[in-house]
Amino acid sequence: MKLAGLLMGCALAGGAASNDTFLIRDADVYPVTGPVMTGVSVLVQDGRIADIGAKLVAPKGIRIVEAKGLRVYPGMIDSATELGLAEIESVRETEDTGELGAFMPQLRALAAVNPASEHFPVVRVNGITSVMTFPSFGSTGGGGGGGRGGGGERQFISGQAALIHTDGWTWDDMAIKPGAALQLTFPSMPRAGRGGGGGFPETTPAPVAVTGAAAGGANQARQAYEAQIVTINQFFDDARQYQKAKAAKAPGFRTNLKFEAMLPVLDGKVPVAVSASRAGAIHDAVSFATKQGIKIVILEPRDLTKAAPELKEKNIPVILGRVLALPENEDDAYDSASTLPAEAYKAGVKFALGTFGNQFVRNLPYEAAAAVAYGLPYDEALKAVTINPAQIWGVADQVGSVEKGKWADLMITNGDPLEIQTQIAHLYIKGREVELTNRQIQLYQKYLNRP
Amino acid sequence: MRIIFAALLGLAPLGAQTVAIQNATILTVTKGTVKGSILVRDGKIVEVGDKVLVPQGATVIDATGQYVIPGMVDCHSHIAVDGGVNEGSISDSSMVDIRDVLNPEDIAIYRALAGGVTSAHILHGSANSVGGQTVTVKFRWGKDAQGMIFAGAPPGIKFALGENPKRAGNPSGRTASGAAPIARFPATRMGVEDTIREAFTDAKAYQAEWSEYRAKVARGEHPIPPRKDLRLEPLVEVLEGKRLVHCHGYRQDELLMMLHVAKDFGFKITAFVHGLEGYKIASEIAAQGAGVTTFSDWWDFKIEVVDAIPYNAAILQKKGVLVSLNSDDAELMRHLNIEAAKLMKYGGLSESDALATVTLNPAKQLGIDKRVGSIEAGKDADLVVYDKYPLSGSAKVLKVLIDGTVYFDRDKALADNAAAQRERQRLIEKEKQNQQRQPPARRPTV
Repeated sequence: MKLAGLLMGCALAGGAASNDTFLIRDADVYPVTGPVMTGVSVLVQDGRIADIGAKLVAPKGIRIVEAKGLRVYPGMIDSATELGLAEIESVRETEDTGELGAFMPQLRALAAVNPASEHFPVVRVNGITSVMTFPSFGSTGGGGGGGRGGGGERQFISGQAALIHTDGWTWDDMAIKPGAALQLTFPSMPRAGRGGGGGFPETTPAPVAVTGAAAGGANQARQAYEAQIVTINQFFDDARQYQKAKAAKAPGFRTNLKFEAMLPVLDGKVPVAVSASRAGAIHDAVSFATKQGIKIVILEPRDLTKAAPELKEKNIPVILGRVLALPENEDDAYDSASTLPAEAYKAGVKFALGTFGNQFVRNLPYEAAAAVAYGLPYDEALKAVTINPAQIWGVADQVGSVEKGKWADLMITNGDPLEIQTQIAHLYIKGREVELTNRQIQLYQKYLNRP
Repeated sequence: MRIIFAALLGLAPLGAQTVAIQNATILTVTKGTVKGSILVRDGKIVEVGDKVLVPQGATVIDATGQYVIPGMVDCHSHIAVDGGVNEGSISDSSMVDIRDVLNPEDIAIYRALAGGVTSAHILHGSANSVGGQTVTVKFRWGKDAQGMIFAGAPPGIKFALGENPKRAGNPSGRTASGAAPIARFPATRMGVEDTIREAFTDAKAYQAEWSEYRAKVARGEHPIPPRKDLRLEPLVEVLEGKRLVHCHGYRQDELLMMLHVAKDFGFKITAFVHGLEGYKIASEIAAQGAGVTTFSDWWDFKIEVVDAIPYNAAILQKKGVLVSLNSDDAELMRHLNIEAAKLMKYGGLSESDALATVTLNPAKQLGIDKRVGSIEAGKDADLVVYDKYPLSGSAKVLKVLIDGTVYFDRDKALADNAAAQRERQRLIEKEKQNQQRQPPARRPTV
């Protein structure tokens, strides 16, 4: 396809323009960041949006995409995936999430992204043009997909998450922001009969020896929990010592890759994406961030009622998990997961959506639609999968809306992109038209026509 | 006595209730979309249309601007099972019965009900080639296990093919005692076929013993009856067409194998469960009159689903296979309408065909389609009221009726939950005060 596209581009433009330069004509543009513009054109040059307007003059020889009656939206962004790192959940060899080690900030998800993963064409056809891909959401031992426990010791920092396009020849080509966040799994107080809110399986041994009989109960659990927070603080403090030693060119200074990777975090240039679901863990994570003077984003909070005012006050954004999810507790409202986005919105907490896995990334727009069903204003749902994640991950100058100067990550649809039955007519990533097919569609065509 | 009698009188109208859902857009499944009313009497639908006269005294549900679909039927679920779903010690556990372990208090029932599911088929897991006997229930939340059972629904049995039943033949890791676990036959797809063929060979012989015995009795002889075999009884019922076969499987090879087994022993596969590669042998499945109950878009979770496509249901449907969508999952179960809508996107099913995959088609695969699965006079009044067009991600369930009784009402559910949360908070506060008054007793240290 890419070759065909290239050839077509060459043929049309006589070699003067590449295939990432074209004009979408007469479309209704939904920029997300502003009001709808009906019957306008979008000029894309060298992969970027060069202009939007009713009276654009098409440069001579430019490829024209007629879009009368169709809509232009920015491509969607999933803020929590393991795309490119995890292929088939139950096949260990195909999983590269969840490296061993307690503090592993030097690990880079980006460098393990397999651009040929079948997941990319699968999510592209549903309009997802970029994703945050994480080294893990808390489990270790290789193949952490779905929150299963691995075989390693308790892990706090799994590595650097990358914001990537869902198309590209190499991971270099796909990268939007290589180290967009550092993932940290915050400990949580164990609760009778349940796993920890930070995603730790109950069976994971605590890093600090717990003495005495199990009857020690809540006190010992609290001690173990506090000891873990001390451990995390210690690591950050050590990193800061390293930073000072490096700045001071201290004699005998030696490069340490773990601490090097912490420098952008200590400088506040890269946020720490903290997995913390329950109110207590969220509060403690916020206190930790304040103490350390770092920027954080909370991953997959499940309890916002108590946490929201503090998150709003400190301007801490959250990545909400699946909207179509079961309640945490038996006595929670039956729709408690579905109302979280509306709750975050009403409380003034900035949020984006993530699917926290790979299997259902393609359902991101339907998760957003479900948030609307349970009280979130429609425009906010659309923002939660476009401009909000771009802002949260610090790339709002590049992606997340249809605006001049941004990458032309665009979808041309026949309707509301959050509705299941809407069809995507064209999809562009960095201005390159993406063929709307994948192995599943090829199998469909093959077997539909089986004699 | 008098009080009891009065109480009974008070209850009596419940049984003879007349309910009218008015001004609704009704997606009947079998008779298109109707704007109008549904009249329900004694738990049954008596009239559907735009000219329904509502009798005096009827309970009226105003559904202006709202949509009604038939209560959804989930063909494959493991909720409401008390304890483990697999009797994993043997490969052929046809003697075990879900009916014995039904837990009517599983909160998943309420949540599924709130998602518009009114009937479900509860099965064993897929660890065994022959899993066990199944039961079809209605989610009459609040009733006991007996009150949940769908009276008159034919019994079923679960079979399983592929990775799951052969897993016990390739055990990994260590047991709790540190020893290597013992491998259990089968370890391959070949062994799975053999397990099922052995079981039916035994069942045929057992059936023949009993026919011979009965023939002798009919001739006036007095033979000794054969020994009753609880493992083979349900398999004989399968051979006699009295028990539905729901067979878990993914790949085309194993599905085809099972079609051959069924043909050789002369029984019918009611439904392949999952059947994610069913699309590859749709005509073979159709030729044998088997059905498929599948997922809309699950994929990537194991190697045997590597060729799973969201167009599976569409191809099967186009090639004449009765196809339904099931949940197999307490969460997915809450939005089968969304799964149905995906079939309109992936493969272009019509609205009615898509909706049928979560209503009438699963009802057929469970042998309960005379009772449920569409909105027609004479059928059970199992109905779901949505606030918006239900084949969409942005609609939510407002009310669910089973046998004409409202079992879920969103407004009431939210109010009840708020009250429960207040009560919870009150109890927590009370306990805190108790603890302040009485320091906890010091536990003896060992």
